[in-house]
Amino acid sequence: MKIFESIGDYCILMAKVFKKPQKMSVFWEHLLKEIDKLGVGSMRIVMIISIFMGGILTLQVSYNLTNPFMPKYLIGLGNRDTLILEFSSTILALILAGKVGSNIATEIGSMRVSEQIDSLDIMGVNSASYLILPKIIACILFNPVLYILSVATGIIGGAIVGPVTGVVSMGDYVEGLVHTFNPFYVTFSFIKSLVFGFIIASVPAYYGYNVRGGALEVGKASTDSVVLSSIFILCADLIITQLFFK
Amino acid sequence: MIEVKNIKKSFQGREVLKGIDATFMPGQTNLIIGQSGSGKTVMLKSIVGIHEVDNGSILFDGKEVATMKFKERQKLRQEIGMVFQAGALFDSMTVADNIRFPIDMFTNMTKKEKDMRVDHCIDMVELENAHHLFPSEISGGMQKRVAIARAISLEPKYLFCDEPNSGLDPVTSIVIDKLIQRITRDLKITTVINTHDMNSVMEIGEKILFLYQGEKGWEGSSSQILHVDNEDLNRFIFASNILKKVRAIETK
Repeated sequence: MKIFESIGDYCILMAKVFKKPQKMSVFWEHLLKEIDKLGVGSMRIVMIISIFMGGILTLQVSYNLTNPFMPKYLIGLGNRDTLILEFSSTILALILAGKVGSNIATEIGSMRVSEQIDSLDIMGVNSASYLILPKIIACILFNPVLYILSVATGIIGGAIVGPVTGVVSMGDYVEGLVHTFNPFYVTFSFIKSLVFGFIIASVPAYYGYNVRGGALEVGKASTDSVVLSSIFILCADLIITQLFFK
Repeated sequence: MIEVKNIKKSFQGREVLKGIDATFMPGQTNLIIGQSGSGKTVMLKSIVGIHEVDNGSILFDGKEVATMKFKERQKLRQEIGMVFQAGALFDSMTVADNIRFPIDMFTNMTKKEKDMRVDHCIDMVELENAHHLFPSEISGGMQKRVAIARAISLEPKYLFCDEPNSGLDPVTSIVIDKLIQRITRDLKITTVINTHDMNSVMEIGEKILFLYQGEKGWEGSSSQILHVDNEDLNRFIFASNILKKVRAIETK
């Protein structure tokens, strides 16, 4: 029963969130701040993780290509497709669910327990829309940017590690990158990253907004939101993949 | 004027407010007093609309809140200022931005007009040179002043304060009490203060409502309160030795 209650509460909250902002100038200002905090603020970690993952993927593919008849350019190809299809969209979304999601749940949860949200409500501000809408829009808008950044830095990581360790030459690696490239893969992952952006922001916001109690409950809400967001991301990945590749 | 008629509120089967009637007049400081757990905060939050009452009605200037349309309620909320127990200031905003927030949200003033309004509110609560500080950088007393300044920034008709001097030293408490009283008189607003501080009761209690275990225990003014024959109220008031001595002196 509780799960249906939670789904109902989540839908009611989203209905409150997706209402026209009361003051557009305040909304735009808030949105830019959120893009800077949640999106631009995540660029460094995305680049660091992706560059290492690109390098590691290159090594893993090369060590598993034991057949001498397999062309070396497959290393670049394998790296490219793994990054485009799963790593830079799904795995990165899981990482961001931890970083951005816990930030959102903690921030909104702390505002709830310190009565800041009550204060907004009493003023006549639609607190759900004011606090949550800019975060959701920022994540939806910026997640695809982070996806592109991740793919690019991952490929660069492979391009550095491959030739330096001698597992693949730069020529073979680049040949692999352009070999049988299917642009639909990028479109597909782009769509996934939009959906993941929504999950990363809305699920923790729901948990934070409904916190009751004190610091302990805020911490628990933050952890729970990261766990549930991760599960939702994986479920969404499964559904979208099945829909697009059927 | 705010009228409260027979309001009841329960949480998980426990009745916190058991049918309270009260009237709060404008231009005077109305105090709700009582022990912790007597239902003061629930009553205040029910009046401002954070809690929905299970029974009874709440009227602002004769208009019942429950029958108001959504837009009317939104408009009413913009006429309400509230000072929370812990201030509830927005951590990410400076003092000036906290006060400016309601002005930004609900008015179409120019930047210059907004700045003037913010300065005026800061002057009213005597908080000069704090414009650019964050809530974490100022004292508890200053936070309460900022909360008051924010609450009056839209020139509300009703001001609610939930234990405005909790956690403050006696001197700062009196300053905050006097400040609220002055604002109430100057702006002729209806002010309702929740407190269990007897200093506040004696200093600014023009009308006092005593809650005892979710019921109205007594109603009167600070001039009457020391001489009331009400066991529950006397137990609450004379928990302090100082007031016992005051009564003894006055009786002599």
